[in-house]
This record gives sequence, structure tokens and C-alpha cells, in this order.
Amino acid sequence: MRLRSIPPSAWIGMAGIALAFVAALFAPVLAPYGEREIVGAVWEPMGPEHWLGTDNLGRDLLSRLIFGAQTTLFVALAASILSFAIGICLSFVAAVTRGIVDQGLSRLNDLMMSIPTLIFALVVLAALPQKLWILILVMAILDSTRVFRLGRAVAVDIAVMDFVEAARLRGEGTIWIIFREILPNALSPLLAEFGLRFAFAVLFLSTLSFLGLGIQPPQADWGGMVKDNSDGIIFGVPAALIPGGAIAALAVCVNIVVDWLLHRTSSLKGGRDG
Amino acid sequence: MADLLEVRDLKIGAHAYEEDGSRREIEIVKGISFDLEKGRVLGLIGESGAGKSTIGLAALAYGRGGVTITGGQVRLDGEDILALSPRGIGRVRGARVCYVAQSAAAAFNPAHKLGDQVIEGTLRHGIMSKSEARARAAELFGILGLPDPETFGNRYPHQVSGGQLQRAMTAMALCPRPDLIVFDEPTTALDVTTQIDVLAAIKRAIEETGTAALYITHDLAVVAQVADDIMVLRHGETVEYGPTRQIIEAPEEGYTRALVDVRTTSKPAATDQSGALLRLEGISASYGSGPQVLTDVSLHVPRGQTLAIVGESGSGKSTLARVITGLLPQSAGTVTFDGETLPPRLAQRSKDQLRQIQLIYQMADTAVNPRHTVAQIIGRPLRFYHGMRGKARRERVQELLDQIEMGQGFADRYPAELSGGQKQRVAIARALAAGPELILCDEPTSALDPLVAEGILSLLMRLQKETGVSYVFITHDIAIVRAIADSVAVMLNGRLQRFGPRDEALSPPFDDYTDLLLKSVPEMKEGWLEEALSSRRIASGGQ
Repeated sequence: MRLRSIPPSAWIGMAGIALAFVAALFAPVLAPYGEREIVGAVWEPMGPEHWLGTDNLGRDLLSRLIFGAQTTLFVALAASILSFAIGICLSFVAAVTRGIVDQGLSRLNDLMMSIPTLIFALVVLAALPQKLWILILVMAILDSTRVFRLGRAVAVDIAVMDFVEAARLRGEGTIWIIFREILPNALSPLLAEFGLRFAFAVLFLSTLSFLGLGIQPPQADWGGMVKDNSDGIIFGVPAALIPGGAIAALAVCVNIVVDWLLHRTSSLKGGRDG
Repeated sequence: MADLLEVRDLKIGAHAYEEDGSRREIEIVKGISFDLEKGRVLGLIGESGAGKSTIGLAALAYGRGGVTITGGQVRLDGEDILALSPRGIGRVRGARVCYVAQSAAAAFNPAHKLGDQVIEGTLRHGIMSKSEARARAAELFGILGLPDPETFGNRYPHQVSGGQLQRAMTAMALCPRPDLIVFDEPTTALDVTTQIDVLAAIKRAIEETGTAALYITHDLAVVAQVADDIMVLRHGETVEYGPTRQIIEAPEEGYTRALVDVRTTSKPAATDQSGALLRLEGISASYGSGPQVLTDVSLHVPRGQTLAIVGESGSGKSTLARVITGLLPQSAGTVTFDGETLPPRLAQRSKDQLRQIQLIYQMADTAVNPRHTVAQIIGRPLRFYHGMRGKARRERVQELLDQIEMGQGFADRYPAELSGGQKQRVAIARALAAGPELILCDEPTSALDPLVAEGILSLLMRLQKETGVSYVFITHDIAIVRAIADSVAVMLNGRLQRFGPRDEALSPPFDDYTDLLLKSVPEMKEGWLEEALSSRRIASGGQ
């Protein structure tokens, strides 16, 4: 891969993601104030003192945005990766073995999908202790139903190709067929889905925080910050738009990079459309 | 008489993408010129990539998928159609120039009746009223020899056969009384026994309607039956252009001669055909609870020899291969390999039994994993069956690459970076890597150009000589059977029609079906079509 062949849009996307990660990793160093420190009046406008102004309790918005990146990125990323791991494994097993295993997994998946995600999450999270890993696990399992749907559809298409049959004829086991024959060919649509699901995970996390079941205050997260400052909109205070904009920008950046990866993998190594 | 179609110095360009993603202009048609008079047929012939379809579409002033016409003129009745506005071109396409595609099944909308689709273009151009168009369509269905011409249009595409669909498409093209029709490989996807009917129907329709035609194909024997003139193309350039008789009887260029005498591989059939490596006895099989696909098939393959299985699509020849490999367990009968009975199911067979029987597919594109390099593809059986690793495996891969005549520099390439013939060679190397006793070849050459296919055939024959491997060669091409088989099995509707040593199986007395099959294979001479059809009519009692 040559650096020159990367289009400018991908550079912008990667820069955006890198910025978010740097903010998350070095939050204590970068943030001008503490995460929970009240440093001024409520909803102060932008100025040299507070670059992005202050929030509904008088905390520095920029500092909270930087600290919020930590929670938001970590939870959304962990939940997305976990949901893909679960979804891909189960869906590929279903697609390769077919028969009763496929029926069982697919109907179970339908059952999960038929319950509205948010209500499901509310019930489960209200019943379980409020721990970060439980939150991540619940988000991941709920999201994995969507990944399962897509993964199974893609894998069924690939599983009927001659090269998969050739592998079966050779006597290869299911693990080899799933991870070495099918997965590399299913990567393009799954990567695209990953970009989308990551963005949704950020939004879902903020919804949960809004309802009081996600990240608990005073810990900062972008979705929670939108909620905290949303009342300000009525008074013409734009504080809620800043974390909202950060969520949007991150989602766009992730999708730009995924788009480019998709194009690259399909054009170089002979994807079905290249 | 003025020419209907004049093509002058036609140049067509396309974009190619380099490995680093940069774009490059390439010329795929490099200054082609020809004339076509009213009522004449010009055959365009060449391998894939020769630019023949692109030229055909240029007669409709159309460039497909990123292809642009960069220079030259296409004059229809003296008018340069390349210079027309989009509206002007719209008036030409589907009215004065029509197109018949290779795959009629993909060209018809399955949700609409055939009759409505056949007259759609004619109505759209306002050439005829609906009732006139319907009458015209019925008349054309009659000329094309379709059953019940009056009511044929009421059927849906899935209710008719592939050959009938192809004829319906020809009717669609003829309906608006065009001056010119472009036929793009109209019979390539059909069985030989169907091809001859469609070919005859097209020829009669062209004669009776007096339209001119461009006939594109890669099969010289087919085009010799319908074309008045032939243009041989290669890499976007004219190799030879002349009357049909001259091209097939006295070709001037070396490349044309190669196309005419394409079949150079041949070997005498083995005389001793006792001692079976593979023996099938009373094999019957079906898919799920569906109808029986194979009924009571018994045959054997001697060690180191080639058995050719011929038949049309749907005759069960590929199903037979699936039974032998264990992908489809038989419902009755036994498969014996090297003296031991093979378990019907793939899962019950031992690794060594799996190793001894390998399969080569028709479509090399889908038979090799597009995300694995050549070294990974060929190296996997070495690791899997023989436990080879690291340097030893690397060296063996190179040895195999040398054996399939590909040599250095291919090991790290992906299949997308190989040509069709090279992909098929890699698939052969993968089969060889296992060290098999028997290789099942399921139409390994039918998706390839004649000269490339010839290379694959001679490679297979050489490998047989070197390694003593046996082949079961599934094909619909009688010429291949004549060239390489030791014994022949003819299949029809899942039953074995004929089985025996080649020279015996392919000489009279024939059963009806084998006779029909042999007579349907196009021969490279003028007038073959008429001869074949008349002898067929005599055989079937003048019906």
C-alpha cells in the first residue's frame, strides 16, 4: 500500500478518528480543567477563558468533551467489536452448517429482533447491577442480532461458491471454511456495516445515558452531554450542539474511512465487483 | 448499391485501473472499417477481449460500461449515427438497429408475458399499432418455428425453454422491421442439439425478412453457416476480412488458420480397457425428495485413462460427478475405487480417500478463492494432505507452477490478476498438489476461448502421461471427446445411453440420441446446416 494512493477524504476521516483517540488517551494532559470541576457560571459563551463555553452546571465544555471521548469511544468500540465477534461467528456457523442449527439460531435471532431494542435494554439494564462491562455486553448482544442478519445473508451467498465446495471436498473442517474461505470474502460488506453500527452504538449509548441507564453522571460522555445541555436550546444556548456535533463528526469520519477501505479491498484483491 | 452500414476507422477506448488505483486510457478497438449491404450477414469472430461485442454495440452507437467511442464513423444509410443527439440515437436504437443478446434468460423480464415484451419496442417507437404488432409477432414466431405462434406470446419467460427464449428474442429484434440486427453470441449458451434449431431459425428469419445482420461469435463453425462475409478480430484489430468460403477454406493469416484447425491435440484410444480404477454400479440419485436425476448408471474408468461423459445440460452428467465425490450420496448402487467400496457420504470418507479423487470446475473464477494468493491456493492441499510447510512447500508450489507451464512470478498473485486460462491452470495445479489417482473434470474448457481451451487440454494430456492420473472428463463438446477420450459414456435424462471404448461408441450403428448429438455438432464448412437439417428430417420420417 502506498501512502500517495490514499484519497484526501480518507485522510480527513483518519485524522478525525485519530484526534478522538488522542483526546481519549491523553485526556488528563490535554484537558484545561477537570472533568467534574465547576469553573464558571452556567452556560457561559465561548471565550478565551473557556474555548467552548461552559455547561449547565458551569463545567468547562471542552474539558468534558475530551474526557467524554474516553467513555464514548471505549464503550461504543468495545460494544461494536464484541457484537461483530458474536454476530459473525454465529451467522457463519448457521450459514455453513445449515439445517437445524441454522433454523435454531435464525429463529432465536428473529425472536430477539422482534422485541424493541430499547425496551429490551431498559429491562435488562434495570435488573442487572450498573457496571460498565454489563452495559457493553448488553449493547453488544442487542447489536449482534443485526450483524447476524447481514452476516448470514452474505455467508450463504459465499458458501455455495465452488471454492467452498472444493474446500469441503478436500476434507477441511468448519473452522477453516468459516475463517479462511468465507470470512475474507465477506469482509467488504461487514466492514461497511461496522462503520454504521459503530455510529449507532455511540447514539444508543447516549440514548441509554439520557434515560439514566448508560453512563452515570458526573462521568462525562458525549450523549449524556447532549442531554444535560439540551434545555439550553430553548434559551438560545448552543452548548448541546457541540457534543452533538462531535458525535456526528466521528460517525462521518468512521464512515469515510470504511468507504475507502471497502473500495480498496474490493478493487485490489478481486472482490466480486472489482 | 449503397451500403447500409459503413464503419470507418472506428476507435473505441476504455479506462483501465493500475494496481495503485491510477487510471489509464487504453484503446480496445483500433481503427476498424467494414461495409455491410442490405440483406447481407457479416460475422465478427475472435476470442474474448478481441473487441467484437464492443464493435457490435457501436453499431447502436452505444459504449458499454465506461467504454467510449473515441474516433471514426458509423454511418447508417449515409448518416453518421455517432454524431446524433441522444434523442436521435433513441430513434435509431430498437427501431432501425436491433440487438439480440447472448443470454435471453437474463434479457427478458420474468414478470411480463413474452408477447408484450416482444412488441414493446415497436410500440414505443410508434412503428405499428398494437394489433399490427401482435400480428407481426405471431408471424415471426411462425417463421422462427416456435410452437403455437398465435398464443406463444401469452406465455411467461419461465414457461418456455432456453432455445425458444432465444428465438423469442430474435422475434423481438425483428418486430419493428429493422434494417440491421446485431446478434451477440445468440447460440453460445445453448446445447448443441438446440443450437442447430436456433441457428436454422435465425438464418431463415434473416432470409425471409431481408434484414442485414452483424453476427458475433467465437465459434467459426457456427458463423460459417450464417454469414456471407467474415471478419476475424484480435486485440481490437482486423486480422482478416473476406468472404466466408475464403476464410474457412483458404485462410491467409496464421491466426485465422489457428482458429480453423484449432483441434490439434489428439491421441489414440487405449486398447486395453480392463482393470478399473473407478467402477460405478447401478447408481441412482436424486436431490432431496425431488425427481430421480440419475437412474441405474454403471460404468468404469481404467487406471491412467480418460472417460468422457457427454450429454446436454440436465442429462445428469454433473450429478454423476457429485456422486463420485460424495457431495451427493447415491440412493442406490455402489462406487468402487481401487478395489474398495467408497462410503456414499463425504463425511464418512477418510482423508486419503478424499485425496485420491480431485475435482476441476467449469468456472475457474469461482473455483479459486479470490482472496487467496496462488501460493496459498496450491499450497493448501500440500499442507493438508502431506503436511508440507515452509521452504519445502514453497519449492513444491513452484514445481507445480512449472508443471502447469506458468513458471516464475505467479506465486504471490491473486486470482483477479490472472487470465481465465491461467486461473484454470491454477485449479489444475491445486488438484495435482493432492497427488490424486483420479481427477474429475467438469467442463473445464467450456468457459474458455478455443485456443486457450486447447492449451488446457494438451496440458491435461501431458500431465496424464507424466503422472498416470485418470480422468473423468465431463463435456458437451464431441470434438473434445474425439480428441482425448479412451472411453465414452453418453447420457440422456439421467440414463446411460451408450458406453464403451471411444472408437466403438462413436461409430455406427448409433442409437437415435447419439446420432442426433453427433449430427448437431457444427462442422466448419458452408452448407453444413442444411445438410444436417435435411438428414435429420429424413431420419425422423419427414416431419
